[in-house]
Amino acid sequence: MSTTALSLPSAPTNGLLRNLRIFAREARFEFVRLLRTRTFSLSVIGFPVMLYTLFGLLMNRGESLEGIAVAKYTLGSYAVFGLVGAALFGIGVGMAADFSAGWLELKRASPMPPLAYLLAKCCTAMAFGAIIVSLLTVLGIAFGHVHLTLDEYARMIAFTLTGAIPFASLGLVIALLVPLNSAPGIANLIYLPMSFCSGLWMPFKFLPHSIKVIAPFLPTYHLSQLMLGSLGAPMVGTTASHWSGLFGFTLLMLGIAWIAFRRREQNS
Amino acid sequence: MNAVIDVAESTETRQTTKTHDTVASLSDITKRYSNGVVALDGLSLDLRRGEVVALLGPNGAGKSTAVKLMMGLSTPTSGSVRIFGADPRNAAARIRTGVMLQVGRAPEMLRVREHLTVFRGYYPNPMPYADIVKAAGLEGIEDRMFGQISGGQKQRVLFAISLAGDPDLIFLDEPTVGLDIEARRGMWAEIRSLAARGKTVLLTTHYLEEADSLAHRIVVINKGRVVCEGTPAEVKSIGAGLSTPSGNVTGDVKIIRCTTTLTGKHLLAMPGVSTVELYGKTTVITSTQPESTLREMLALDQQLHSLEVQSPALEDAFLALTADRS
Repeated sequence: MSTTALSLPSAPTNGLLRNLRIFAREARFEFVRLLRTRTFSLSVIGFPVMLYTLFGLLMNRGESLEGIAVAKYTLGSYAVFGLVGAALFGIGVGMAADFSAGWLELKRASPMPPLAYLLAKCCTAMAFGAIIVSLLTVLGIAFGHVHLTLDEYARMIAFTLTGAIPFASLGLVIALLVPLNSAPGIANLIYLPMSFCSGLWMPFKFLPHSIKVIAPFLPTYHLSQLMLGSLGAPMVGTTASHWSGLFGFTLLMLGIAWIAFRRREQNS
Repeated sequence: MNAVIDVAESTETRQTTKTHDTVASLSDITKRYSNGVVALDGLSLDLRRGEVVALLGPNGAGKSTAVKLMMGLSTPTSGSVRIFGADPRNAAARIRTGVMLQVGRAPEMLRVREHLTVFRGYYPNPMPYADIVKAAGLEGIEDRMFGQISGGQKQRVLFAISLAGDPDLIFLDEPTVGLDIEARRGMWAEIRSLAARGKTVLLTTHYLEEADSLAHRIVVINKGRVVCEGTPAEVKSIGAGLSTPSGNVTGDVKIIRCTTTLTGKHLLAMPGVSTVELYGKTTVITSTQPESTLREMLALDQQLHSLEVQSPALEDAFLALTADRS
């Protein structure tokens, strides 16, 4: 008789499937949107590609570093550099824009599951990270004579996907605390010094002692050690310590984001 | 064909009896922000099925706070908010509401069609895509990027988004800002047809003409309180100072402008005259019995000229009602 009454209370399994579909659509359009936003996609992909080409391929004369070829070593560090940029700018700046203009309010007033929105942003950062790492790998193999096993590549991608999570959380904190106008500046102010201090531009062992002391507090340090270790370079510290460093950083960021979000709520 | 209509009608009757016609209510709401500002101060407001209600008030009166509370984007300091008998943050309530907000920036690199697809996807029973496009007048711009369309077109896309879920309750915040006259009339027609289909529309607007021509009921708020409430005609009369907000209103108030030699004292003594003001040579008289007032004035002053008789404008009422009397 009445179709409206029947379709309103949906079964829980049905609801989960529906939420998954909403998430998939949200993620697809978020990815498409960022890809079409040239200022984002060109810089976020172009920057690590340019730096790797310059320092890993052109300036390198077949030397090796810590037992592995420079082209392979820098592939690992610029992979981290690239994925961090994708997460910080995609989420930090992208969500700051949504927050500032009332767009997120409109979405929150709709029946959109909030988790679908957050996960879509995070997965988009992962996808950009994977694209950057794959591009660098292709460049390294084609022009830097990098020997990479399939297993090593798979591990790099796995680190990229999991490694995007702590930086997505950092992006969330930036979006919540920093107004849109200053978000890109603040993101750079965190991104560039953090990359330097973690040995992404200059191998860690060449860094001055004072910086080496700070590094364990930086997520980029932990991720780059894991990434380089998986490529055959000797790792500073243990695998477990790096994973717990990343995990702790993620928890800290999500905690700050939660407090910042609650404060926003109370003021609205 | 008949069977279909019957089903629709029986569903409507059932809904009506279930909700007792009240779709949304704010009861005795106080909202105090953490910085100490009291945005709403004991505000109560009911929205009934099938009506268009316009929320009017000067900037900072508490309009957007009231709307935010109903959308579940904010919680009251005290008082209760119910949407379809539930908390507005409840997913079931959100599925039945649609919102159009003033959005400064929407993702610009998505096509109009894609925005609609995303929002339609949030609802289990969305409005058919073609119907939304037609209702919001988006034919021909569906494949354009949001960032490339004009301000008025963006406004229409936001209106379309509010319709995406085929909602029963729709909040429209300044819906026709930036629209040209034709588009504005088109949106008005659409809002009227929504109400005719039993949907409830809450409208905030700065265009008093819009409230006047669209709303079944106008609620004027100022400093977080309801100043007055009624049909557009009632509000205008109340604003003209001819009736107390609770009293009965005749609805036959006129404003008479003319150049006359009669004194203010003399005019005030005439039947129906409530106020007399002199602006230069022009005397402005408000009267509840304009015919008798005019007959007497014309009889007493043979030189009376430049006569104009007007209904009080909502704008005058609005200014009178929200004026700072302290």
